[in-house]
Amino acid sequence: MKILVPVKRVLDYAIKARAKSDGSGVDLAGLKMSLNPFDEIALEAALRLKEAGLASEVICVSCGETPVQEGLRTALALGADRALWVEAPGELEPLTVAKLLRAVVVQEQVDLVICGKQAIDDDAGQTGQMLAALLDWSQATQAAAIHCEGSRLEVVRETDGGTETLQLNTPAVITTDLRLNEPRYATLPNIMKARKKPIDQLTAGALGVTITARLQTLRVAEPPVRAPGIRVNSVEQLLDLLKNQAKVVS
Amino acid sequence: MSTPVLVVAELTSDGLLKPALRSVLGAAAALNAEIHVLLIGHQLETVIDEALRLPITRLLVADHPSLAVPLAETTTTVVRAISQRYSHILTAASAQGKGWLPRLAALEDVAMISDIVAIESPDTFVRPIYAGSLWATVRCLEPRKFVSVRVTAFSPLNGASSEPVSRENLSLDDWPAVPVIRSAVHEHPDEGRPALENARTVVSGGRGLGSAEQFEALLGPLADALHGALGASRAAVDLGYAPNDLQVGQTGKVVAPDLYIAVGISGAIQHLAGIQAAKVIVAINKDPDAPIFGVADYGLVGDLHEIVPQLTASLKNP
Repeated sequence: MKILVPVKRVLDYAIKARAKSDGSGVDLAGLKMSLNPFDEIALEAALRLKEAGLASEVICVSCGETPVQEGLRTALALGADRALWVEAPGELEPLTVAKLLRAVVVQEQVDLVICGKQAIDDDAGQTGQMLAALLDWSQATQAAAIHCEGSRLEVVRETDGGTETLQLNTPAVITTDLRLNEPRYATLPNIMKARKKPIDQLTAGALGVTITARLQTLRVAEPPVRAPGIRVNSVEQLLDLLKNQAKVVS
Repeated sequence: MSTPVLVVAELTSDGLLKPALRSVLGAAAALNAEIHVLLIGHQLETVIDEALRLPITRLLVADHPSLAVPLAETTTTVVRAISQRYSHILTAASAQGKGWLPRLAALEDVAMISDIVAIESPDTFVRPIYAGSLWATVRCLEPRKFVSVRVTAFSPLNGASSEPVSRENLSLDDWPAVPVIRSAVHEHPDEGRPALENARTVVSGGRGLGSAEQFEALLGPLADALHGALGASRAAVDLGYAPNDLQVGQTGKVVAPDLYIAVGISGAIQHLAGIQAAKVIVAINKDPDAPIFGVADYGLVGDLHEIVPQLTASLKNP
């Protein structure tokens, strides 16, 4: 079984995003970029399946301009067997990425795609499901546990009120949630080795995908801020204010 | 008359309408068009009675044995059969909605908009990005708009239709096959507490609670005294103090209660993003510099192990 793990390079989760002063977008200049945390979980899940003898190869792929190769280097250092860079200009919408990934899946004859449930930059949470639809594959989103036996998959997924367990067959798309695993760290020797590994380059054109923007970001701004509150000194004062000022406790 | 908009409903495990539907209807009402609601499932008679009392124009019903379990694959097939009729298709940005709406969008070759918090015009929407640190205003250039709605950001559309709601039973040439089997469902035991997403009061705990035992022993009675729900920060979930479905924040649930009490929660960006819509926020924390105090309406600095039992006792014996 071949597993494809799409990865995205995003602003590091610990850094607070700020809008550009003209409101035209997000100011990423000079800030630390990292692999999307949900994609790290996806890669970890794929690597564990391979280490358990259930997968033959783990291929990572990233779509975008030159810097996305940095994310692929990280994925190689973590243990991916191969890396594919789909060169495509500008900010890519989820539907475009899904179309690019579909072409990669067909070309590489992949049996299972494991990807993050969302990227922590645009928080769209669409790509995995769109890819599954374009391939006419089943999906198991927000995975908290994955069991694999041949072509049979059992996935426990997070729902709004708990979990549910799905039984499905490969080929399929799984998207990963936080509890699935704790990703490993790349060791220094592996980081050094990953620098020398080749990254295969593809282009949107060669994959037969035309890129057109269908969404237009008009403005990016800070959300409305809450008015500053007050400090209270005691439980009695707190309760009094909740009852008589805020009127949220009767 | 403009093209109608479609809202796809979700059912509770008891087969009733999820209350979040009213908030999606609230969002749909901003589009100033006829609202149709689609029910998908099997043996729906009870919920049809309930849905015929909604403030909408038409109720569409897809009732078939293959739809008994809500799956992204089958839901997509049903909605796709009628999607051409509508200018907008809206659903809650829930586990279900997040599952099927992108599938539909891809099959219809339509770019979709996730998790909106405001509607500026029929083609322009506001949605949080970067864990809610920023809001993007996005114009959708597609002729048809597929939108998932953050239900806590919209006021519910209450009441009933003044005119009788028409009913249409969908009959598909090909009902979908069931490609996936749901073999188990585990709803988190709610201890008789309200669901987190709809609760008027939420008591949430963080790292400061120290253990799973303390989490329930201290916060459970406070939540019960306020008839509220329990929530948790991502740190508390990661440390095993609380189950994942209690997680409040951008990576968990977004809540909008009248009263949110954050106990021992420092206030990471992604947590604050999930509580922004709360009417009143109370923070109890021993660290006076914790970021949570920056958004709290009322802050109490001190030892939660003393403060929380006092607060619970005062609420029980005023």
